[in-house]
Amino acid sequence: MSSDTSKFGEYGGQYVPEALMPAIEELDDAYRRYVLENEDGFVDEFRERLRDFGGRPTPLQRADRLSERYDTDLFLKREDLLHGGAHKLNNALGQVLLAKYMGKERIVAETGAGQHGTATAMAAAHLDVPCEIYMGERDINRQRPNVFRMRLNGAAVNPVTTGRGTLKEAISETMRDWATTVETTHYVIGSVVGPHPFPTMVREFQSVISEEARRQFDDQVGGLPDSVVACAGGGSNTMGAFSRFVSDESVDLYAVEAGGSSLAVDEEEGVAPNSASLSTGTEGVLHGARTKLLQDRDGQIVESHSVSSGLDYAGVGPELAYLVDEGRVTPVTVDDDAALEGFHRLSQTEGIIPALETAHAVAWLEQATSEQLGDSVVVCVSGRGDKDLESVIEETASREIPNAPDMDVFSGGMR
Amino acid sequence: MSRLDEAFADGPAFVPYLALGDPDLESSLEYVRALDRGGADVIELGLPFSEPIAEGPTIQSAVVRSLSGGMTPTKFFDAVETLDVDAPLVCMTYYNLVYQFGGSEARSASEDASGGTASEGAGPRPFVERAAEVGIEGFVVPDLPAEEAGPLREACDEFGLDLIFIVAPTTRGERLERIMERTSGYVYVQARLGVTGAKADVSDQTGASLDRLDRWDLPKAVGFGISSGEQAREVVAAGADGVIVGSALVDIVAEGTSAASQTASGDVAEGHENGDSTEAVADRLETLARELKRGALAGAERAQSERT
Ligand SMILES: Cc1ncc(COP(=O)(O)O)c(C=O)c1O
Repeated sequence: MSSDTSKFGEYGGQYVPEALMPAIEELDDAYRRYVLENEDGFVDEFRERLRDFGGRPTPLQRADRLSERYDTDLFLKREDLLHGGAHKLNNALGQVLLAKYMGKERIVAETGAGQHGTATAMAAAHLDVPCEIYMGERDINRQRPNVFRMRLNGAAVNPVTTGRGTLKEAISETMRDWATTVETTHYVIGSVVGPHPFPTMVREFQSVISEEARRQFDDQVGGLPDSVVACAGGGSNTMGAFSRFVSDESVDLYAVEAGGSSLAVDEEEGVAPNSASLSTGTEGVLHGARTKLLQDRDGQIVESHSVSSGLDYAGVGPELAYLVDEGRVTPVTVDDDAALEGFHRLSQTEGIIPALETAHAVAWLEQATSEQLGDSVVVCVSGRGDKDLESVIEETASREIPNAPDMDVFSGGMR
Repeated sequence: MSRLDEAFADGPAFVPYLALGDPDLESSLEYVRALDRGGADVIELGLPFSEPIAEGPTIQSAVVRSLSGGMTPTKFFDAVETLDVDAPLVCMTYYNLVYQFGGSEARSASEDASGGTASEGAGPRPFVERAAEVGIEGFVVPDLPAEEAGPLREACDEFGLDLIFIVAPTTRGERLERIMERTSGYVYVQARLGVTGAKADVSDQTGASLDRLDRWDLPKAVGFGISSGEQAREVVAAGADGVIVGSALVDIVAEGTSAASQTASGDVAEGHENGDSTEAVADRLETLARELKRGALAGAERAQSERT
């Protein structure tokens, strides 16, 4: 069985149907050999492909106007410039390549915002492996451009109609596919969630973010930043941006969760109009891991909400839950309206249209105290916002967002 | 020997599954009684969880019907307490419900103290204690592999309940040993890879799975995909000590419910009152139960005559 690293304190573990256990043990073994020990030159090939296909390293860019606004040295880690437009490719490419090394013939994956599905479809096309993506029906409708991209890369997109049709249901349905096809198929999970070894393995594939950022900051400024800020859905860009700073006690780590429309849980309706599992969740077991969850007092998982589909999830990575309990990571929240303002602010002040997920991290800067930010900050720009244009324009029109541009250039407006 | 072992002692066991509360509590209790009359030797009662990752579409829909009818662990136990049937009862559910039960007070207290940290109050003991109190004999928890089952196994031992593990077609070698060490009552032999759901044929992996379990005495109940008396016969003839049947029975409940909702558009949970009566659905369940039990018995005769 897997080693002591299958748990982060009490969190993590392997709560999956027996049919999947042999595959998870096989994966654990492959992860050790190929990823940790570089067997058959896996790591070299992975790095090479991340560079040539993915476009790494991504820049660490000083944001001059935001630096001025918050009176600190503010740097953006530009994962939006990675191929596909989000950090997701770091993990997807790593796992699809690993699946090939393991001799698997087929890839399945879930997706929320469609970024992970897109990244997986790209990696699968690039490495010539058939690929099927499960996506909630509601997310299919709010992330249309990504659905087209997956189809263009040759992936099948399977709509999931159970529940509210978001990320939680997509993960459940992908696990069901995997339980049926496990002998030939690898499940490329999209964040630092799920049973061991997924949380550890995905974190390692994403750690290239902080590995680069740490070196780039030292080259450009010298030393370490005072704080690192990243949004957290499942928490993969978060753990990626934090992991190489975790042992540097002087660096404060802020995980920005989706506050949605309210932080309360409506037990009667079984909904939490937010996705703030680190800030408000309680310990429980979901999708293979013990972690912090949005649940009612019986243990039924409640429906989460966020304006951004990539953060709209009732769970979170077990390692992040552990680091929060340890006091190493500080969870904070940003609500839907503030996130939309953040979206427009980064677009206007820095010429970067961020993903709605990223917009949460950007928006938190507005709420943060100068003690929290310190003299230098690294913000992980986890993705670009092209996929969100339709929903942003729609969501902005139905709210009072003071800094939103006027869209009246179209005759008769947008609608 | 527990009541579950005993249920397999004289001939092959028929082990039906239904989700309690599907489509409403009263009807589902009626359905359980019908299965008991139809010859059930053990009855698996589903306590619905919002994320049933091991279930196919049929049981997923049953879970949705039951949850939208307001089923909770507390109501489940209260209902089982009033249920009087001959067959011993097994609770089939997912680990988070087992883990959270009765822990919420302790949990909110520890949250106040430490700001939402891992709860000391949570754990499987209160759930098992209450289950024992209402007369449940054992558990099947499909998302709890042997590696994570220590605390639940301990609580079951404390209260004298069985914990039934699932063995999959992919389970071999050391894993199989480890599971067989921990399982009690019977072992649930998953006939095919995948999720629950009625199938027209018997999985060709069944024989090999049973062969791998040959050297253990514990009763072997085969489930996943069995839907007819003929299939039950084949599975028992292949060496099973029992057949577990879920989706084929849940399909009957679903059909009764949807026949109803056509006439009473809207609330499914109440709709069936205007369509197929609870008695009509119960009769159909009893009929299929008898067929399945007969099939199992016929399979045993064949297995007998082949041996002699
Ligand atoms: C751009 C972007 N950022 C962040 C996330 C959230 O995922 P995670 O918390 O795993 O980084 C997503 C998920 O789809 C995303 O597309």
